[in-house]
Amino acid sequence: MSEHTVKSFDEELSHLSNTIARMGGLAEAQLGAALQALGNRDSDLAVRVVAADAQVDELEQEVQHFTVRLLALRQPVAADLRQIVAALKIASELERIADYAANVAKRALVLNQQAAVKPVGAVINLARLVQSILKDIMDAYVEQDVDKAIGVWNRDEEVDDLYTGLFRELITYMMEDPRTITACTHLMFMAKNIERIGDHATNIAETLHFLVVGTPLKGSRPKGPSVEAP
Amino acid sequence: MSHSPSLPAKVRARDINVHYGDKHALKHVDLDIHAHEVVALIGPSGCGKSTFLRCINRMNDQVDSARVTGLLTLDGDDIYDRAVDVVQLRARVGMVFQKPNPFPKSIFDNVAYGPRIHGMARDQAELDEIVMTSLERAGLLAEVRDRLDEPGTSLSGGQQQRLCIARAIAVSPELILMDEPCSALDPIATARVEELIDELRENFTIVIVTHSMQQAARVSQRTAFFHLGELVEVGDTEQIFTNPQHPLTQGYITGRFG
Ligand SMILES: Nc1ncnc2c1ncn2[C@@H]1O[C@H](COP(=O)(O)OP(=O)(O)O)[C@@H](O)[C@H]1O
Ligand SMILES: [Mg+2]
Repeated sequence: MSEHTVKSFDEELSHLSNTIARMGGLAEAQLGAALQALGNRDSDLAVRVVAADAQVDELEQEVQHFTVRLLALRQPVAADLRQIVAALKIASELERIADYAANVAKRALVLNQQAAVKPVGAVINLARLVQSILKDIMDAYVEQDVDKAIGVWNRDEEVDDLYTGLFRELITYMMEDPRTITACTHLMFMAKNIERIGDHATNIAETLHFLVVGTPLKGSRPKGPSVEAP
Repeated sequence: MSHSPSLPAKVRARDINVHYGDKHALKHVDLDIHAHEVVALIGPSGCGKSTFLRCINRMNDQVDSARVTGLLTLDGDDIYDRAVDVVQLRARVGMVFQKPNPFPKSIFDNVAYGPRIHGMARDQAELDEIVMTSLERAGLLAEVRDRLDEPGTSLSGGQQQRLCIARAIAVSPELILMDEPCSALDPIATARVEELIDELRENFTIVIVTHSMQQAARVSQRTAFFHLGELVEVGDTEQIFTNPQHPLTQGYITGRFG
């Protein structure tokens, strides 16, 4: 899009999207580090992930203040308005995503006190999928790529399927060896958190569609994992 | 939305062209205006907003160089029909201008002027009734009730503009045209006029030219964007300000022009 007559408004808008991109990068890094802490049984790293969550919260605050200021002072309309509203929404999705990542790290700390259990690998698989979805949606945001956003939106089904399978696997595991119940329960919550990250990435896809096209993303996404999964 | 598209339009403009001498000021404009809606005309200076407005009450007739072609109807009647009495037309189509222009008469006589010319009141009591109702509807009565004999020009700018609105509605027009009615007013007076516009919508249909995008967004149900004499885009105001379809509209309303 061409530039505003008022140049400083352009600078403010690009500052806003840069902040969102930074937040996205941070949330991705937090999730990556939480998985590493889980896979490598690295408690130091887990502690750092938990502590770093505050940075994401801070960025969200910054986005909130900045968007309120832009709304008040620039009275944006059309694509500008959508960009600002979208930034506000995406920032809160990313804040939730980072929260879940921190929660995974917290549980990794607890797991590291227990004997290792096999389904950790399956949780990490689920997380890898969600990680790539998160990366794609943030790329789509930076590139303003609606097709990529729709791709992300459609992949939520894969996450739900994998999550449902993992849930069954964990139940089976616990029934076979009750000594793993504590560890597997944590893994179950981790899986749930990771599945929720996928949902938030899907929300970002919807917001991105609205941002770029100006209309909501239509059609119903298969909502949530089915059957016995909570 | 405010109107039902199935109802016939209050004003229907088809292929309206206006030339001032060689200057093609308005080009092939098609626009429907529905009863009880406020339509805002926006666009850069010189794009033809006032020209379009002046077609509707045939004010362009007074400009020697102006030539208007196309079809313009009010409730289905051709506004440019030979048989149309322009004085009668202007009773049906009132106008409020950029600068408040009260007559050098008392507040009462300013409002009574139109009803007198058009013989709308049989006696003084009826005239009083019309004047009071009009002042009331224009949100001015409380402020001027005790000073109806004072000159209209003694009022503040915002009050003068509401007086002009009272004067316009005193003849019970169906349509009110407003050409940048708030550009000479401060924000409070502007807010009062905007609130008034919203109230008047119940009884009248309003077309307003405004330079303020926020004003268009606040007062209108539909917005029409003009550029270089062409009607580029018209739509529900909400759509125009959240998701304009034409790049020129987008450029103009977001301040990315030229
Ligand atoms: N009386 C006139 N004689 C000649 N040209 C005119 C006259 N009125 C307007 N124009 C020209 O017609 C174009 C549209 O003017 P106008 O309708 O006043 O625009 P707007 O109200 O959108 O600012 C402009 O280029 C203007 O210079
Ligand atoms: Mg004008």
